[in-house]
Amino acid sequence: MSTFDKATVARMATLARLKLDDDELDHFAGELSQILTWVEQLSELDTDQVEPMTSGVAGEGLRWRADHVDDGNCQDKVLGNAPEAAQGFYCVPKVVE
Amino acid sequence: MLIEGRTGSWEIVVGLEVHAQVISNAKLFSGSSTAFGGEPNTQVSLVDAAMPGMLPVINEKCVEQAVRTGLGLNAQINLVSVFDRKNYFYADLPQGYQISQFQQPIVGEGVVTVDMPDGSVKEIGIERLHLEQDAGKSIHDQHPSQSYIDLNRSGVALMEIVSKPDMRSPDEAAAYLTKLRAIVRYLGTCDGNMAEGSMRADVNVSVRKPGDAFGTRCEIKNVNSIRFVKQAIEIEARRQIEIIEDGGSIDQETRLFDPNKGETRPMRSKEEAHDYRYFPDPDLLPLVLPESLVAEIKASLPELPDEKKARFIDHYGLRPYDAAVLVAEQEKAAFFEEVVGTADGKPKRDPKMCANYVTGDLFAALNKAGKEITESPISAEQLGGLIDLIADDTISGRIAKQVFEDMLESGKDAAIIVEEKGLKQVTDTGAIDAEIDKVITANQDKVEQYKGGKDKLFGFFVGQVMKATGGKANPAMVNEMLRKKLDG
Repeated sequence: MSTFDKATVARMATLARLKLDDDELDHFAGELSQILTWVEQLSELDTDQVEPMTSGVAGEGLRWRADHVDDGNCQDKVLGNAPEAAQGFYCVPKVVE
Repeated sequence: MLIEGRTGSWEIVVGLEVHAQVISNAKLFSGSSTAFGGEPNTQVSLVDAAMPGMLPVINEKCVEQAVRTGLGLNAQINLVSVFDRKNYFYADLPQGYQISQFQQPIVGEGVVTVDMPDGSVKEIGIERLHLEQDAGKSIHDQHPSQSYIDLNRSGVALMEIVSKPDMRSPDEAAAYLTKLRAIVRYLGTCDGNMAEGSMRADVNVSVRKPGDAFGTRCEIKNVNSIRFVKQAIEIEARRQIEIIEDGGSIDQETRLFDPNKGETRPMRSKEEAHDYRYFPDPDLLPLVLPESLVAEIKASLPELPDEKKARFIDHYGLRPYDAAVLVAEQEKAAFFEEVVGTADGKPKRDPKMCANYVTGDLFAALNKAGKEITESPISAEQLGGLIDLIADDTISGRIAKQVFEDMLESGKDAAIIVEEKGLKQVTDTGAIDAEIDKVITANQDKVEQYKGGKDKLFGFFVGQVMKATGGKANPAMVNEMLRKKLDG
């Protein structure tokens, strides 16, 4: 049975930019371990001869679009939900390498 | 190439990851424009801005361009490939992930033949080519406490072309990049413009003692010119050798090249940023290529640089080096072929003389003027006209250089310049004879010295006769007639 320890949950939280306090780390470690255990039932099946399936939709594959410019030019719309915008740009706290 | 350290010789090992922006009208998964230089956030659809519920639909042109490039790299085309999400957070990545291809890229292994400056060739392996989205652009200098984000680039299709670690010197890396750029330009799949960022390279560098296993590598991100790639490799290799020879070890890390300071330095540590947690994008089914499409694209490929080079050597008898220089750009090769011309399926003019004029005088003049071949002040037809005048002995090679300069300035045809300035070669034996006699009479002392064994003076007499005729005497005739008079 796989389990998540607190350190792993803390790492996942960091990657997902979630701030969790100590109690929450314990709580999610428990919950996530349960989910993993539940999903692990699948490993009881023998899938050696089965191709990996990455999508639930059967068929020929992706639909393609033609190379036409038929979208964009909606600066107001795309900036509409931005907490802050100026001169046509999104404004975010300074991020410099 | 080996670098000498304190403990012996070191070999450099280089692999390149090149990001090449696909030439297409619309983005990889949306209908917004890819045009360069638009007003900020005007070439952004709700898909590119990653609004909830928006779904990506792949642009067929981008797929075709990737296949085309793969074929140009002599690579395996994978009829089934899969798009994955590469997860990381950055302000110019609105989705929170980049759609890329991880385990099943559209193009597999291939090979590129690179031309070295000494005329030799080397094969560099291609590991893979995959399609992915570009990110937006962050601007940091517009506001004291904020960064400005423009998503116009967000979602534009890139091809990431990964080489094998087959390069052993900065020159080989430069030759590989040069060749790769020529190939994508011939194919019309990427404009290869490194200054504008439509082609950029991540450079992996490690060092080892010859024969040893590969050393630990460092990746130098986003190098944007071929010259900088060479410099970065050299500097990074020396840094690594220094550390190892001091008893240290190399940390695998991502570094930046600073051309002003001439150093590489680590990027600010992103700790776990490299945990990308790739997984297949649930919004996208596997990309399945009909075999017929691959065949169709294959049939439409142009003559690529290697084929053209082989033909230039074979058909025109050019030296490999000259052929490589000419095929580096399609436009240069076409110009050369137009200068040579054809008559009855054969070269109309002497191809070697044409190649010398094109790669020598013309390229030097264009270089000096900062012009492309397409902006040449002398047309291919005009240059052909000049070469005709040399070939039929109307003018000497020396006068031709003078006419060439005049053509650059005035744009006139060679024949007109020769006519107007009276530059026709003197081939009249009587006229040349008269000048020779004058020179001999005026320089009796030198004639004595010459006859006394001072052979070198022969050149002096030739020079005097040429000077007296304003450079217009046929040099071969002057030589021959002088010999008769002085030696006979």
